[in-house]
Amino acid sequence: MSNIPQLLVHDHADNVGVVVVEDLKAGTEMLCVVTSDNSDFRLTAKADIPIGHKVAVKALKAGDTVIKYHEDIGKMVGDAEIGGHVHTHNCKTKRW
Amino acid sequence: MAFDFSSATVKAWRRENGRVGVRNHVLILPVDDISNAACEAVANNVKGTLVIPHAYGRLQFGEDLELHFRTIIGTGANPNVAAVVVIGIEPEWTKVIVDGIAKTGKPVTGFSIEQKGDFETIRQAGWKAKEYVHWASELQKEDCPISDLWISTKCGESDTTTGLSSCPTVGNMYDKLLPQGIYGCFGETSEITGAEHICEKRAATPEAADKFKKIWQAYSDDVIFAHQTDDLSDSQPTKGNILGGLTTIEEKALGNLEKIGRTSTYIDAMGPAESPEKGPGLYFMDSSSAAAECVTLMAAGGYVIHTFPTGQGNVVGNPIVPVIKISGNPRTLRTMSEHIDVDVTGVLTREQTIDQAGDALIEMIIRTANGRFTAAEALGHREFSMTKLYRSA
Repeated sequence: MSNIPQLLVHDHADNVGVVVVEDLKAGTEMLCVVTSDNSDFRLTAKADIPIGHKVAVKALKAGDTVIKYHEDIGKMVGDAEIGGHVHTHNCKTKRW
Repeated sequence: MAFDFSSATVKAWRRENGRVGVRNHVLILPVDDISNAACEAVANNVKGTLVIPHAYGRLQFGEDLELHFRTIIGTGANPNVAAVVVIGIEPEWTKVIVDGIAKTGKPVTGFSIEQKGDFETIRQAGWKAKEYVHWASELQKEDCPISDLWISTKCGESDTTTGLSSCPTVGNMYDKLLPQGIYGCFGETSEITGAEHICEKRAATPEAADKFKKIWQAYSDDVIFAHQTDDLSDSQPTKGNILGGLTTIEEKALGNLEKIGRTSTYIDAMGPAESPEKGPGLYFMDSSSAAAECVTLMAAGGYVIHTFPTGQGNVVGNPIVPVIKISGNPRTLRTMSEHIDVDVTGVLTREQTIDQAGDALIEMIIRTANGRFTAAEALGHREFSMTKLYRSA
């Protein structure tokens, strides 16, 4: 199996990662790398997710805080299963 | 082998005031919108000149007029400019611009159109422009230490890959070159929103943190809350950002701040188009997050090279400052590689470290300073956009 990751996660505290390949298909067993220490894990994508878009690396429920860069980037306004797509349809800033 | 930055030099022009420029433009600079035509005619007649047409300069007042003057003067004063012909409709404001640029010691002459007309102005200004082109084209480059460079940054068409690759590449460059004594600059006041608490902590002194906080708060209160219809969600993140996977302003801001690296701290926060006054180091500049406006303001502040991380593919350039584009998004490299100078897609495939990407950017900065055209220069991108604070009288 290729050692080129499909998903990068900034920090171990994060509950989302970023798809870094084009044409990722649902069912792909992704190689996921945590960039802070280059450790890796596997996770199955639950949807076709475009490059640059986020994937839940932990199960997320509406109201949960979304963590990226080890920082609060907003809240879930819908649920996302582990391996599911996280974007404007289920995540929003807490600011406005 | 590790790159020894301390002994790196570039071949560049040392100006009358000691500053180092990496381009050698003879500018034909309008004071106001209605002088664009005469300036364009001079630039057409005299080869080797560069005209910068723009949209403003009449009936502005107060802080908005001060910013206009500072931007035009700063553009002419930039070390990438050898000499300047200034043309305005009337003599008094033309003299304000000429006197401002003349403080650098570089050759500058002003012409005004009233009582003369375009034809006579073009004739007189043409003679002076030709004289400047002959003079500037014989100026010789000399070896200058890399520490003499002033390098600014702003990212555009950001996505989640900028925060993973191209922005930390710029940050790594700053972490390596700021200790060598360069001047750095970051800004984008609205795009700090969501990471303002982190930006505040990256100040070198409580005074700098306080100045930053006041600038950021003033922008939030006077612009966002004064003019908002709902929130910033329709423009920050932009539609392009959202397409690229960015969901919230906080996420965008955190990626943006990766540009100032791991160890760098800013020593002052300054107004738009202001020049740094506290010596070598990193500065925050109050500036728009719109690419052309921001690069224009930083160029007017005296910065001679701009580093521009992009995710989805921003194509911006500047008339006088080479804009080096860095991208790690493989789709952008596949579909619009003609705009990208430094390819850091290897960071996403884990075949390149941020440290190696930073070295690659520094190498490109040196090549650009030595004369290599950036993608934006080769493609003719010369966006010059003035920031306007409020309506003219």
